[in-house]
Amino acid sequence: MAIDRSNSLEPEMPAPEKIDSQGISAKQVQSVAHLARLSISEDEVRQTTEKLTAIMGLIDEMQAVNTDGIEPLANPLDAVQRLRADEVTETNNREQLMTNAPAKEDGLFLVPKVID
Amino acid sequence: MNEKPLVEKSLIEKSLAELSRSLKAGEVSSVELTQTYLDRINTLGSDLNAFITVCPDIALEQAKAADEAIAAGNTTPLTGIPLAHKDLFCTQGIKTSCGSRMLDNFIAPYESTVTANFKAAGAVNLGKLNMDEFAMGGANENSYYGPVKNPWNHDMIPGGSSGGSAAAVAARLAAGTTGTDTGGSIRQPASMCGITGIKPTYGRVSRWGMVAFASSLDQAGPMARTAEDAAMMLNVMAGFDPKDSTCMDRAVPDYTATLNEPLKGLRIGLPKEYFAEGLDNKVEQVVRDAIKEYEKLGATVKEISLPRTHHSVAAYYVIAPAEASANLSRFDGARFGHRCEDPKDLEDMYKRSRAEGFGREVKNRILVGAYALSAGYYDAYYAKAQKLRRMIRDDFMSAFNEVDVIMGPTAPTPAFPIGDKTDDPVAMYLGDIFTISVNLAGLPAMSVPAGMVDGLPVGLQIIAPHFEEARLLNAGHQYQQVTDWHLAVPTGIDAGMKG
Repeated sequence: MAIDRSNSLEPEMPAPEKIDSQGISAKQVQSVAHLARLSISEDEVRQTTEKLTAIMGLIDEMQAVNTDGIEPLANPLDAVQRLRADEVTETNNREQLMTNAPAKEDGLFLVPKVID
Repeated sequence: MNEKPLVEKSLIEKSLAELSRSLKAGEVSSVELTQTYLDRINTLGSDLNAFITVCPDIALEQAKAADEAIAAGNTTPLTGIPLAHKDLFCTQGIKTSCGSRMLDNFIAPYESTVTANFKAAGAVNLGKLNMDEFAMGGANENSYYGPVKNPWNHDMIPGGSSGGSAAAVAARLAAGTTGTDTGGSIRQPASMCGITGIKPTYGRVSRWGMVAFASSLDQAGPMARTAEDAAMMLNVMAGFDPKDSTCMDRAVPDYTATLNEPLKGLRIGLPKEYFAEGLDNKVEQVVRDAIKEYEKLGATVKEISLPRTHHSVAAYYVIAPAEASANLSRFDGARFGHRCEDPKDLEDMYKRSRAEGFGREVKNRILVGAYALSAGYYDAYYAKAQKLRRMIRDDFMSAFNEVDVIMGPTAPTPAFPIGDKTDDPVAMYLGDIFTISVNLAGLPAMSVPAGMVDGLPVGLQIIAPHFEEARLLNAGHQYQQVTDWHLAVPTGIDAGMKG
């Protein structure tokens, strides 16, 4: 998502107490929904809290596994990101890329006013 | 199986390999074949809700070009073969919805490498197949375009997320289809629809132009009637692509060349955790019977252990949602995809466009992922899951010191009724228990039709070491020479099989 400069004050995520199967609170659901830029109604908060609590219960089962001294695995083949020469390879296909724009003007994407 | 059929097979009964020979021999034209499938898609296909977009004009134009190429002797094994693609492969000029309202208006401005490869090989594109929204789901109930029905029983799910791809092959709506597999999304629907599906090694097939779900897990693969058909399709799909930074630069063997290798001496490992609680008794029987067939073919069997199998579900449901929450942040209503009406400011545009564009399951996964990645939680969830991922991968590597392939069930149950688990994500997630760890380990695996339980197909899962797809296809093909589960046809599907 593009950086949203209209709202630089992120509400603090309630601090993690202890990672166990305490579940997730309605307040946490609301803050995460804000972080993920998803509007969520009061009704949905209730249902979502219930679902996410169940899912986090399943996820928290992994806390029982001792992973001390194990390196995290990001790529299953232990491959590293391949680099390429810093050369322009893309051709200009601005017009084609803009055909899906919800709103545009003069070859630019139109969005609601960002700066007053 | 190998006997000559008494009656000439109809077009629809023929496998992709048989159709390829018929096309070359001039017994049928690609236009005729394409029209046959298009007619079936119009009738049967809409009953099953297997397609999101059908492309009759493009398909017939490609078929015509294929017939000209055949006449000129300028062919590949796939020239003129009608295929269909999961609706998350970008296809230039054709809607690519990913099963989501978010992309309901999205006409891909470029072509994915997988579909470009099929185009270059002269295959025909019949259209785009229904799927769980953004490939998230195991029942194909999460599509904005409605659920797909299982051709074997219309009240049942086809499996997911490549449900449309599996149903289309089972109902003979295409000679073969493409799918993608992040946690079982090729193998599980293949099992539930009675078809052959292979998830290649991570990095074997280019992800360029696939709408991303979880980038460290996603792989595209073929879904087809037989292992031989899947081998022919994988020959076209696999290979290095500089446009995918995690695609591996390794030579691609001809997967059809080793199909007939004998299996004598093949060492099969059976993980005891795959025959444990949660596995339906009748499914277990089917799998055990299939393994007996392999013993008759000269394979040996030994019990092994993959001790982290149970915890693979937890690790997966952190890693996949975390990567999804990052990948799906690109859908912001600004440049493409759904935008809400009259946004009052930028934040309102983001929040409402995303809330309206995404369905329930996708939103839940974004929230789980954003939660797991948020400050203070990263180590406890994402880093923890990645450590577990290494342990799961290493368990497989140790097992492969002793065995050549691992076998077990693809899914713990046959297809279940549509709506049965919709409101219980945890029950749905546990259905992925036998497929998920393969994605975490980046291994290739396939599902082969191995029997029926209460009128529904059941698949055998075969897992091989990294880049040993040929071994899987060989094992699948040899099994299909001595069994006929892959030839079973759903009732009602044979209507109109006159071809």
